[in-house]
Amino acid sequence: MASTPEAAPRQAQRQPGHDPASLAAKVAAPRNRVGAYEPLVDYVLRLGDDALILSQRLVDWVAKSPVIEEDIALANIALDLLGQARMLLTYAGSQLPEPKSEDDLAYWRQSAQFRCAHLVEIPGGDFARTMARQLVFSTYQQLLYSQLETSTDATIAAIAAKASKEVRYHVDHATKWVLRLGDGTEESHGRMQAGIDAVWPYTAELFDADAGVTPYATDRTDQALQPLITDGICPDPAMLQAPWQEAVVAVLETATLTIPQTRWHARGGRTGIHTAHLDYVLAEMQTVARAHPGAAW
Amino acid sequence: MSETKNWPMWEVFVRSRRGLSHNHVGSLHAPDAEMALRNARDLYTRRQEGVSIWVIPSAQITASSPDEKDEFFDPAADKIFRHPTFYKLPAEVDHM
Repeated sequence: MASTPEAAPRQAQRQPGHDPASLAAKVAAPRNRVGAYEPLVDYVLRLGDDALILSQRLVDWVAKSPVIEEDIALANIALDLLGQARMLLTYAGSQLPEPKSEDDLAYWRQSAQFRCAHLVEIPGGDFARTMARQLVFSTYQQLLYSQLETSTDATIAAIAAKASKEVRYHVDHATKWVLRLGDGTEESHGRMQAGIDAVWPYTAELFDADAGVTPYATDRTDQALQPLITDGICPDPAMLQAPWQEAVVAVLETATLTIPQTRWHARGGRTGIHTAHLDYVLAEMQTVARAHPGAAW
Repeated sequence: MSETKNWPMWEVFVRSRRGLSHNHVGSLHAPDAEMALRNARDLYTRRQEGVSIWVIPSAQITASSPDEKDEFFDPAADKIFRHPTFYKLPAEVDHM
């Protein structure tokens, strides 16, 4: 749309490339998207990359948790997520025109080739914010996986069935902490509220049916998932938002917390447009594999 | 974290898959019973050690004192007849 004849003369008078609409179109053009995947691969990478990057984020707490018991609890959750990521990336890799291994996908993609939501890549902050993210993400994952258990794709259904049990525990763990911190001392309440406020704008992206192909678009859907939804491979993410909202709000209200009101919300992760935080996560996660390609132990 | 000093200690008992009773496996710190149960799950059942967990506040356990060891336990030492080693088994039972 940037190259329509009517628009061309006007753009020529301005600094080329500084027109937001033309820039948006340029970024969104399929040829400029790093790694345009088939819908199924794209979808499985979304699931796998969410799990992989959140797992890596939780590892930030190892040896730094408030208590050793929680250190192990968070590492356990991270390992559950890593296990899910391994199954999902293995499956995504097997569906590529040139098959790739889980390690190829985890260690040798650039950030623009990742399909995770911004929610999982932003820093965890203090313990309260980490628990806020765990609550909103695990609740989403629980609803999603319970739907995916009946996916017409047998591999996705099997992975979801295994992961569902793990995720139920993650929800329970996060809920217990949000209740205790929210309805705790003045200090813990303040931190818990700040944590929820910080992650809230990142939650809407989880329910965008779109891949947010045009970064500045207001329309929420580009039909990227439509073929999969039609085939019963995945649910429409937007359908999960109401039950998610209900479940999370119930916890927040019991925890005496205020439901944040935000106007801005994150988007772009599903098309590979990420926050700079992801690059730091990847730099750390990928450094050994890239320093010693093909090494095994 | 100074708050953790206020967290009570809990004793953890786990019943293994084929076990008939809960066995003491260790202890942990937790702010309350619900969290103690979850911490116990994370600390002591990572390798499929159990199918049931009990947690009990350590403060609720009444323990025998090492000072009382002599009067508590020594009197049993010479009562070997309490072991079932003096009974003749019928031949049909063979090895029991």
